[in-house]
Amino acid sequence: MSAFAATFWRELQLMWSGGGALAPIGYFLGATMLVPLAMGPDRALLEAAGPPLVWIAAALSILATLERLFQADLEDGSLDQMLLSPAPLELITLAKGAALWVAIGLPLTLAGAPAAIALQAPVDRLPFIVISLALGTAAFVGVGLVGAALTASVKRGGVLLTLIVLPLFAPPIIFGAAVASGEDVTAALSILAGCALGAAALGPIAAAAALRLQSE
Amino acid sequence: MSARGPFQDKPHNKLGLRVEALSLSRGGRVLFDDLSFAAAPGAYVEVQGANGSGKTSLLRALAGFLRPQSGEIVFEGVDEPALAFHYIGHANGLKREATAREHLRYWAGLFSGAPSEDFIAQALDLHRVLTVPVRALSQGQARRLALARLIVAPRSIWLLDEPAAALDDAGKAVLNELIASHRASGGIVVAAVHEPLGPSPTQTLRVPR
Amino acid sequence: MFAFLANPARFMAFSAWAAPVLFAGALVLFAAGIPWALFYSPADYQMGETVRIMYAHVPAAWWSMGAYAFMTGASFVGLVWRHVLADVAARAAAPVGAVFAAICLITGSLWGAPTWGTLWEWDGRMTSMLVLFITYLGYIALWSAIEDEEKAARLAAILCLVGAVNLPIVKFSVDWWSTLHQPASIMRSGGSAISGEMLGPLLTMGGAYLLLFGALTLMNMRAAIFRRRVEAAELRKAQA
Repeated sequence: MSAFAATFWRELQLMWSGGGALAPIGYFLGATMLVPLAMGPDRALLEAAGPPLVWIAAALSILATLERLFQADLEDGSLDQMLLSPAPLELITLAKGAALWVAIGLPLTLAGAPAAIALQAPVDRLPFIVISLALGTAAFVGVGLVGAALTASVKRGGVLLTLIVLPLFAPPIIFGAAVASGEDVTAALSILAGCALGAAALGPIAAAAALRLQSE
Repeated sequence: MSARGPFQDKPHNKLGLRVEALSLSRGGRVLFDDLSFAAAPGAYVEVQGANGSGKTSLLRALAGFLRPQSGEIVFEGVDEPALAFHYIGHANGLKREATAREHLRYWAGLFSGAPSEDFIAQALDLHRVLTVPVRALSQGQARRLALARLIVAPRSIWLLDEPAAALDDAGKAVLNELIASHRASGGIVVAAVHEPLGPSPTQTLRVPR
Repeated sequence: MFAFLANPARFMAFSAWAAPVLFAGALVLFAAGIPWALFYSPADYQMGETVRIMYAHVPAAWWSMGAYAFMTGASFVGLVWRHVLADVAARAAAPVGAVFAAICLITGSLWGAPTWGTLWEWDGRMTSMLVLFITYLGYIALWSAIEDEEKAARLAAILCLVGAVNLPIVKFSVDWWSTLHQPASIMRSGGSAISGEMLGPLLTMGGAYLLLFGALTLMNMRAAIFRRRVEAAELRKAQA
């Protein structure tokens, strides 16, 4: 088994044994529920403003899972071992990101459909919303890796992590929410795909650079 | 793995660890200055010093985590720097929710090793707890599991930071057995200890210097 | 010249006179530019007198971005060559750039208020500037959160470079988004038709902000280097 596969499966197992996607999904659905509570149940209003808010909820849910991503490894000595692997650290961080996306991003994507329905999204838009969430959560994970790596040594660095990562979340949110609102969907989807690919390619590299510094 | 010093493929391919004029400071404090030593196959180098004296920093510098201010660290006679050594630090590098067996499999993948789990478990007296999650292991068992990395994938040079911590006498015997057989097959062991491990060292380094 | 200044002692000697000179120069340019902008430049045919806020707003925009570019360069040098002065330079420029960004946002809000009818409007440029401001905050916060100075410098440098890649993407995204949601940007920001008479005071103010950036950054660097020297001395005393 390669280092990538070994890391990927291990991370998946650890996340599933730690409650899996239960908490993030709960968080996601709860945040979605707050929207009509705040805005009122007016259907027309929800239909106009609702679907993009699903996107915000997804972003926040991913944010919540990022803080411990590398911090635990730094504290218990696992990070040292990752650095000593013959496999490049970039590949290992990519594996961690991939596992996070499969364990949490993918369930969030699927939960996005009922959430969007609850927020009055038109049914014909649902497939696009789900695809956009799949791409968007991948982008969030990719840039989230960087934030998590940079704040791994900061105790209770969750707020700092959010601050750092917010400007990086802006482009995916802009394009993903546009898909959710049904505006210029083709263009938005393709650019969103570009964001996801870019984040998946560059995020692990920056994260690995930061992790090497963390172990000094 | 970044190479922290040039590794040299000597014509005679003889294994060796050579440190020249190594100087390291942390947080403005000089830990050691102009430290030099060389270890040949079969060597056991003991690094002694009080807690917080810089033993860990020396080992981490050898492992490439810390960049020394000056000096050279050379691993001779190894094909690839990434395959030259194992590092076992203070922290065990274990995940509480994963079982011992899962750790062995993970390390086999991470370090390109062969997971002959039963053999490893026997050698470290862990065969009864292979399917137990780490949170249920005793300190000694956890430490022995961490040491299992040494056998999962073969590496010529072992860098051990307080390897006997939390080990009882039986555990220490297992550790000494591991070290002895590694040295007998031509490996090198560098261990940081605050009390002697057992085998008499081929050299002793005192930190700070 | 940078190689010459790379020596901390030489840098301190240089900045000891350079900082006050730059500051004095900034004061001179402000003294020339502000009256010029307020009294001796034409009012805009569309916006009237409120266009004068542009002279404070536009240079702030330029140099808040310029400061980030400076930080990016310094961060890159610090990462590749591990030079202490590069780290200090990046850290020193950050609060100046952040304040310029804040000035840009506040003056932009004041400028747009009469035209927009509200104190804030989510227009493309302002939104991008807001993201830049938050990027600054994240950088400064990260540096403050990490105890080890060297580690903080390297991690912040990585963040700065990541932000540098992100900012053009954000600009592109926000422009796309604002064309989607607003047919035209109400605030021209002195864009299409700057008459020659407006150029003079604008460039003067631009120069004033630049010299101010230089002076403040140098002063911050000097303060940082003094602080490090004091800390090193105290450390030596503690170990003696």
